Amino acid sequence: MQGDLFAKKRRDSLVFFALLIAITCVSIVITKYDVEKGFTSIPKAISWAFSNFYPNEKSLEKLPDILLKLKETVLISVAAASVASLFALLFAIFGSETTGINGFMRKITRGIATLFRNIDVSAWAMILLFSFGQSALTGYFALFFGSFGFLTRAFTEAIDEISSSSVEALQATGASYFAIIFQSVIPTCLPQIISWVLFMIETNIRSATLVGILTGTGIGFAFNLYYKNLNYHTASLVVIVVVVAIMIIENLSNYIRRVIL
Amino acid sequence: MLLELRQVSKQYGMNTKALSDIDFSVKEGEFVSIIGPSGAGKSTLLRCINRMIEASNGEIIFDGANVLGSNKKELKMIRRKIGMIFQHYNLVNRLSVIENVLHGRLGYKSTIAGVLGLYQEEEKEQAVKLLQILGLEDQIYKRADQLSGGQKQRVGIARALIQSPKMLLCDEPIASLDPNASKIIMDHLRSISTKMGITILINLHQVEVALKYSDRIIGVNQGRVVYNGSPDDLTEEQIHNIYGSEVGELILDLGGKHAG
Ligand SMILES: Nc1ncnc2c1ncn2[C@@H]1O[C@H](COP(=O)(O)OP(=O)(O)O)[C@@H](O)[C@H]1O
Ligand SMILES: [Mg+2]
Repeated sequence: MQGDLFAKKRRDSLVFFALLIAITCVSIVITKYDVEKGFTSIPKAISWAFSNFYPNEKSLEKLPDILLKLKETVLISVAAASVASLFALLFAIFGSETTGINGFMRKITRGIATLFRNIDVSAWAMILLFSFGQSALTGYFALFFGSFGFLTRAFTEAIDEISSSSVEALQATGASYFAIIFQSVIPTCLPQIISWVLFMIETNIRSATLVGILTGTGIGFAFNLYYKNLNYHTASLVVIVVVVAIMIIENLSNYIRRVIL
Repeated sequence: MLLELRQVSKQYGMNTKALSDIDFSVKEGEFVSIIGPSGAGKSTLLRCINRMIEASNGEIIFDGANVLGSNKKELKMIRRKIGMIFQHYNLVNRLSVIENVLHGRLGYKSTIAGVLGLYQEEEKEQAVKLLQILGLEDQIYKRADQLSGGQKQRVGIARALIQSPKMLLCDEPIASLDPNASKIIMDHLRSISTKMGITILINLHQVEVALKYSDRIIGVNQGRVVYNGSPDDLTEEQIHNIYGSEVGELILDLGGKHAG
């Protein structure tokens, strides 16, 4: 019996790896990807980065300008995450098993959230470019929609996970639906909610760089501008500024998390 | 009669008949224990009374009101006159003790006041007073998750009492507590019934506890009332009837009682 089980497991993993290798080979053939050239170009890329992609003295003059763009990006990211979190909370409450009003509402809200979540922010940026053109608004809405989808899902799971026991107790006292949400569900989930919003802000600053390239705003625009003008030194400075900003925000949110949890 | 159940039945899904034709009534101020093996339908029965679970059939009259026929607003009025106490206390763990107690006032509030948690000064004083009565004056501002099980259950009792209830429904309130804490909780419930005149309907798993504290015992087995009478008249055979095959260990407890 047991021997059979192990033999079966071994066979299953063998089949799995065989399939994986087959798929990889087929993809390489179809895309005409040159494996050897792919690997040999890595050292070349690294040596290029070291000889060109570093900030020099002249690029530092651009720092104030870059920081200004960074500020714009950070603010948009924070605004998108926090406004999205309000909408997401509403949708999560209506979509959760514990607090949803009925099965129909649950399906609708979950459906909308899934739709928004499965469209990537860069895809949102492209779509919104048609309606808003290259403006900060496009970037904002792209991040907003992405955040909304993700946060709805995260919040729904947070609400589903809390035991419904205190909700039951408040129902038994005759408390109204929204009183129960605000007195029981939100206080219980608040640490997770804050934690996810912080995570979303970090993620948004990362994506904002890419979204900025597409929408011509913020730090992404700055990077794109210098890069296209072959001003690699300044472009590298932009990258460093973004990395430092993300690290600062990550540390800040870890600190806040420690305090609230 | 404060509470009357007539022919109450509950069916879960297609084939689980949790309650069949339950008939009994409870007088004002009475301390009534419902005993029976697990799965007998005790929790379901208790929750049908304040409609946390919808009964499938029958009639429930509480304090002159038709519970099963009441609309949303009437149900709110009924629920706030019935306090509920749970096996797992069901507190909001991240909030303070006093906030948890004040939750018992939410049934008296408009949605706005409830959402914002606006409580009157008298309500806060009342909460403090109840906590003192229950021996929790030192934990008033502690977070609920810092309390022991017995203390949490007393917070649960305070939350129920601040509703100014006519009746308390207690679903196995001592099942998760050690004997010491259990005794404290049962003594409080008994004195709530005797001194405050609040009716108590309590699900218990332990026969000996039910015998010691109750004015009346209702035995439930497989969703039916199989005993309804004074604890003094409960014979071994009737306990056997109530508990079915689980009876072995219980007879020992009862032997102790008769010996003492
Ligand atoms: N939500 C539910 N859905 C389906 N069956 C349930 C549900 N709750 C309880 N039951 C069933 O109803 C019966 C009575 O349960 P319960 O009232 O919890 O008994 P007790 O509290 O006496 O242990 C059991 O057979 C249980 O499995
Ligand atoms: Mg039960």
